[in-house]
Amino acid sequence: MGIDNEGFINGCSAIGAGLAVIAGIGPGVGQGIAAGHGASAVGRNPGAKGDIMSTMLLGQAVAETTGLYGLVVALLLMFVKPFK
Amino acid sequence: MTNGVAIGFDTIKPEVDFYVHELYPLNFFGTTVYITTTHVCTFIVILAIAILALAARRSVLKTKDAPSKFAVGVEIVIGALIGFVNGSMGKAGKKYINYIGTLFIFVFISNISGLFGLRPPTADYGTTFCIALISFTMIQYAAIRYQKWGYLKGMFEPIFLFFPINVISEIATPISLSLRLFGNILAGTVMMALYYGMLPWLFQLGIPSALHVYFDLFSGAIQAYVFCMLTMTFIADKRNVEA
Repeated sequence: MGIDNEGFINGCSAIGAGLAVIAGIGPGVGQGIAAGHGASAVGRNPGAKGDIMSTMLLGQAVAETTGLYGLVVALLLMFVKPFK
Repeated sequence: MTNGVAIGFDTIKPEVDFYVHELYPLNFFGTTVYITTTHVCTFIVILAIAILALAARRSVLKTKDAPSKFAVGVEIVIGALIGFVNGSMGKAGKKYINYIGTLFIFVFISNISGLFGLRPPTADYGTTFCIALISFTMIQYAAIRYQKWGYLKGMFEPIFLFFPINVISEIATPISLSLRLFGNILAGTVMMALYYGMLPWLFQLGIPSALHVYFDLFSGAIQAYVFCMLTMTFIADKRNVEA
């Protein structure tokens, strides 16, 4: 059974895309930690809920960026196919 | 006939459609560029915003004593936007309310336009990168205006060897801003396209509404908020440093 050149490159691109989205682990952990600390902060000081909420969302959005880089790399590998 | 960010992947099912389609070719000095789905959707969004704005102006101007429900809604939205900008920029908020408010309304309506069957304009890197470039210009202008030579001096701190690193960190700002918005909205678009294209009709009753609420409304609102918030944080950061 022979695999032609294009099929091999497509398969390797798919594997690479799968590996690239492993980057999602980090932001997941980070966002969970931020949300947990946000919850405990609200528990300690329920009056400051609005401020805590916006600070937490901002931090989570910044933490999310690295995961999105992984996603963008995966999408590039799958759909733009830089390696011909 | 698909181009833009996502160029056709031949083995994927044809029903799964989240691509930027080329609709009409234009010739510019030998290079062919296309009117794409993004342009059409952007114009629809702009038209919607313009109609909303004209209706708001009319209802507010018409108000004599008791404002109509629509006018009250407009006032609530504008008041919330002003409070949002003033809350994070303080006294300087007055100068930036126009830009931040426009940015928020455009990005938010673009993000939720997936609800109305459009392809969100912000799911194209061309749109988000241009918005981020405008923000980048504002940030750099604020830095040069308010720090003057101190800004250039700050580039060489703590020692002169850090100059390239500081420059890269300035240039990374618009890229990370735009990629964050683009990645989030494109992820939602891809998920919705996969859901609609891959599953049998039984799963397409009712369940997609929950997904739409999450991917379009919730994610779109959060990302619009974060984009504006980060722009304001960067501008305020550049303004407040004592040079």
